[in-house]
Amino acid sequence: MGLKLENVSYKYEQGTAMEVAALDNVSVEIPDGQFIGLIGHTGSGKSTFVQMLNGLLRATQGHVYYDGEDIDGENFDRKGLRANVGLVFQYPEHQLFETDVVADVMFGPRNLGLSEEECRARALEALNAVGMPERFYEQSPFDLSGGQKRRAAIAGVLAMHPKVLVLDEPTAGLDPKGRDEILELISAMHRERRMTILLVSHSMEDVARYVDRIMVMNHGKLIFDDAPRGVFAHYRELEEIGLAAPQMTYIMQYLKEKGMPVRTDVLTVEEAAAEILQYV
Amino acid sequence: MIKALHLIHDYIKRDEEGNPQGTIRAVDDVSLDVKPGEFVAILGHNGSGKSTFAKHINALLYPTEGTVWVDGMDTNDDAHLWEIRQEAGMIFQNPDNQIIGQVVEEDVGFGPENMGVPTKEIWERVEESLKAVGMWEYRKKSPNRLSGGQKQRVSIAGVIAMHPKCIVMDEPTAMLDPSGRKEVIRAARALNDVEKITILLITHYMEEAIYADRIFVMDAGKVAMQGTPREVFSRVEELRALHLDVPQVTLLAHELRRAGLAIPEGILTKEELAEALLLRNGE
Repeated sequence: MGLKLENVSYKYEQGTAMEVAALDNVSVEIPDGQFIGLIGHTGSGKSTFVQMLNGLLRATQGHVYYDGEDIDGENFDRKGLRANVGLVFQYPEHQLFETDVVADVMFGPRNLGLSEEECRARALEALNAVGMPERFYEQSPFDLSGGQKRRAAIAGVLAMHPKVLVLDEPTAGLDPKGRDEILELISAMHRERRMTILLVSHSMEDVARYVDRIMVMNHGKLIFDDAPRGVFAHYRELEEIGLAAPQMTYIMQYLKEKGMPVRTDVLTVEEAAAEILQYV
Repeated sequence: MIKALHLIHDYIKRDEEGNPQGTIRAVDDVSLDVKPGEFVAILGHNGSGKSTFAKHINALLYPTEGTVWVDGMDTNDDAHLWEIRQEAGMIFQNPDNQIIGQVVEEDVGFGPENMGVPTKEIWERVEESLKAVGMWEYRKKSPNRLSGGQKQRVSIAGVIAMHPKCIVMDEPTAMLDPSGRKEVIRAARALNDVEKITILLITHYMEEAIYADRIFVMDAGKVAMQGTPREVFSRVEELRALHLDVPQVTLLAHELRRAGLAIPEGILTKEELAEALLLRNGE
């Protein structure tokens, strides 16, 4: 079934002179198994939006439904929701704290009240899934490299066995190889486990390459919600709100202006190369 | 402006009781010379030693071996510490950790005030600095209400107000959205072009490095590659082996070349690509 937001608003400091609507009457459905990119400039409401999805913030108006149930309903299992909708915050490695990597990943499952063996089994499975080399398992998470720390933090969320994985800028600060590895990992989660993925990103190239659907936020509203090609066709509007199209789109636009009859709605380097090769 | 000679930096690894267990060499025999007014980009994967190197430039770290000079001053010489920190400003990744004032103009005035600059001059410096990064109209605003790119530009203004000769930027755009990234890079280039401030930019965005006069690529604490952006980005496969990448337009040109088109390596802009393709078609 998935997640559904119905006329959801969220106001910070409601009822005061400082009142700000971080989310403004948002209605959207996130069916199971989609890979969605969420883009918007800093302060557009993305982080508020993702915190609504697992009940960390409670809508000041409207309703959020998980598998058809209102998450603010009286008998709703909010703890279960937090396991089902896993949230990987920005710079998740700042939240590592245990003495070794396995113990850190076990922290989440332990909070679910699972047995020690079950927690351990889940931790090992999650670490394996993120491609953490076994030699690091007993090491302090603080001795890992930046990319490995981030894997450990993502494993901590995977060990909760979420059905929906929400990642807030999971590649910020990583080098290009680390970035590609994390994105491949997320993409594999989607392909192999049919996990619903919501990827919050400032990289138009990354969302263009990986997701099936892009949601664009501005001033707390969803202003576009479409397949990547459909969204990036509005690149002028995106620029006005601090975003952009993938670089390839601009390159193709320029080639067209210079007289090459190429398509301009390409999103990746491979597509662009194939398109150019047709005309030369 | 900045000179390093056989710079080595070892971090001491300690166990849980704080006893030294050994050392990790983060910077391994780096020698380089950045001239006044240059715009230099430093690339390298996470853990390659870029940030450790950068922290030597304003004496946040001291060499284990070798020497670093800033404007001729040895950073090991405590007598010059404050002069070095004033001449070589630093900008870090997270603007929220660098802003302390309640109001933008106060934040920018903090540095010069600390240096004992007379009040009237502080305000002149605040004005020129905020204007240099295009944030003058926000001077009365609370930094909390600014976007990431705007906050980072306020941080840069705070550094400029100290009248540095050089600014070291350690991944200043890593947390910003596309327009925030553009704003910060534009501000950095303007400071370099107009004010002739030496810029050292550490980044994981290859596109930001194409404006540099020179690029240094670090790997395992050493300088693995150096040259102009065109020279460095012509070496696509080598960069990939170092966990790096090239700008997307360079990659596109590289792919077209591999498919058999006769276009040069090291194309850095869409204009260059168009020219190469049209020239080829005209033949």
